[in-house]
Amino acid sequence: MEKKLINKKVLMKGNEALAEAAIQAGCRFYAGYPITPQNEVPEYMSQRMPEVKGIFIQAESELAAINMIFGASATGARAMTSSSSPGISLKQEGISYLAGAELPAVIVNVQRGGPGLGNISGSQADYFQAVKGGGHGDYKLLVYAPWNLQELWDLTMKAFDKADEYRIPVMILIDGILGQMMEPLVQTSYKQPKLPKKEWALTGCAGREPNVIKSLYMGEGELEKRNYKLKEKYDRMKDTEVMYDSLYIDDSELIVTAFGIAARIASSAVKKLRKEGRKVGLFRPITLFPFPEKEIEHICKGNRRFLTIEMNMGQMVEDVRLSVNGKAEVDFYGRPGGGTMTPEELYDVIKKYM
Amino acid sequence: MKKISKRPESLKPVPFRFCAGCGHGLLHKFIAEIIDELGIREKTIGFAPVGCAVFAYDYFNFDVIESAHGRPPAVATAIKRLLPDRLVFTYQGDGDLAAIGTAEIIHAAARGENFSVIFVNNATYGMTGGQMAPTTLLGQKTTTTTKGRDKRMTGYPIKISEMLATLEGPSFICRTSLDSPKNVINTKKAIKKAFQYQLDKKGFSLVEVLSPCPTDWWMSPQEALPWMKKNMIPAFPLGVIKDKWEVGNGK
Repeated sequence: MEKKLINKKVLMKGNEALAEAAIQAGCRFYAGYPITPQNEVPEYMSQRMPEVKGIFIQAESELAAINMIFGASATGARAMTSSSSPGISLKQEGISYLAGAELPAVIVNVQRGGPGLGNISGSQADYFQAVKGGGHGDYKLLVYAPWNLQELWDLTMKAFDKADEYRIPVMILIDGILGQMMEPLVQTSYKQPKLPKKEWALTGCAGREPNVIKSLYMGEGELEKRNYKLKEKYDRMKDTEVMYDSLYIDDSELIVTAFGIAARIASSAVKKLRKEGRKVGLFRPITLFPFPEKEIEHICKGNRRFLTIEMNMGQMVEDVRLSVNGKAEVDFYGRPGGGTMTPEELYDVIKKYM
Repeated sequence: MKKISKRPESLKPVPFRFCAGCGHGLLHKFIAEIIDELGIREKTIGFAPVGCAVFAYDYFNFDVIESAHGRPPAVATAIKRLLPDRLVFTYQGDGDLAAIGTAEIIHAAARGENFSVIFVNNATYGMTGGQMAPTTLLGQKTTTTTKGRDKRMTGYPIKISEMLATLEGPSFICRTSLDSPKNVINTKKAIKKAFQYQLDKKGFSLVEVLSPCPTDWWMSPQEALPWMKKNMIPAFPLGVIKDKWEVGNGK
């Protein structure tokens, strides 16, 4: 049954919210493999997909799941898979092929601690993997990093539109905390923007020339040309898809930069320090690729300093440093291995850097 | 004059670039002829596998998807589930299906996915230059078993069709060969049956075809065929291995 939503406020778990948002956005194919802390996504999909005449498959591995997404997307269907860090590593092969074959897809990473089997606590240690490649070859994903469930809901819907618009895989990079937490959100209804028709889809060649979906380009110079075509898309995304959020930037002497759940924890500390009259602000990239490099460069003036806070050993901080380009001091505070900071801890940390 | 043979519409008018004596050309032609005979060219989605047959999209005149090594059964699962009235077939070599893609083929078969698999067993990795495959015969020389495959070092060739036939899911599993005119005709019949089973929604079908690779066997095409008969067929017996729908045809 198609549930039509009229801006209903509900209390939901992150993993279930993103699954329902995907259904609302027209996702009709989901394949996944169990891994904590994202199990609610396949569980939810296994019940909801049949209700909307969609397809749910519990795959034999993450490799199979991402390749099922590859096949589903090739038919023109909206398709999604989800996993957590070790499983996302397994999906990298398929993600590279999706990028190479220009197939739209949505991939959710509910990050946990690593490396290796790591643990099952929330983490942000897959920033490099999501933003800098992960799989082989020159390609980029559009990467969304929401910080609450409302944004998770909204960006999940947007992810499907952008995947179709650019014919790219889009990643939603959250973590175990956001996936597992419950909070209220407004289930806004989905409105599809105008998108190009999927004339490339494999449906059988009735009334047209055969279509081919492939990523092999063996002819002299063919692959180079192909890579430039992909680059043109990534450049276009850099111009039009950057999203960010900021708090008290104007008169700040210190700007905390953070993404996802770390930014949310940091915002509590920043607000408290502001109440005490401290000139501190928060800058939060929402798209990790394209990274808001121009926006960071723009706010980099005077004696302003930056402090990047992440739940890892220092990954996004490299992009902050590249954006600042030597014009300001950039410090880093992080908690790796599934370590989570508290607002009180960050209050002390930020104060120390003031 | 009566025309008795012509290029099938399902094959583009381009020459094959396979080595002399290779089995892929024959198989491509059969698949194209069968699709013409069934009148389903515009409802077919085929696969270009990693390996020598990757250029299938240059030859087949219908929709083709190229997929990662070993993964066609996962990709085909999704396509067929979303487009249940199309003919979907994978075309996979022995490295693809019986080594790197064992998980995908076993689980697609176990689920009884309603697509067909053409499994080309030439006992070697053709495209990469003749390394040991999971189906390389004991004693067979390859570039990674230069003294002949030694079971003490590399174990035994995998009989994937017999393995899959132990599952409940598959509907039709059959092994054929391209070593003689009779076996060539049987190969075409078996592929047509597999496709017909799919169209009749009877479930998962697989035809394993023993196919010559003279180049990587370091033989002439003339030597390759008797070698197949003498060495490959005893190791990989021909015939219907499983047929869920034909009573008394289990063996």
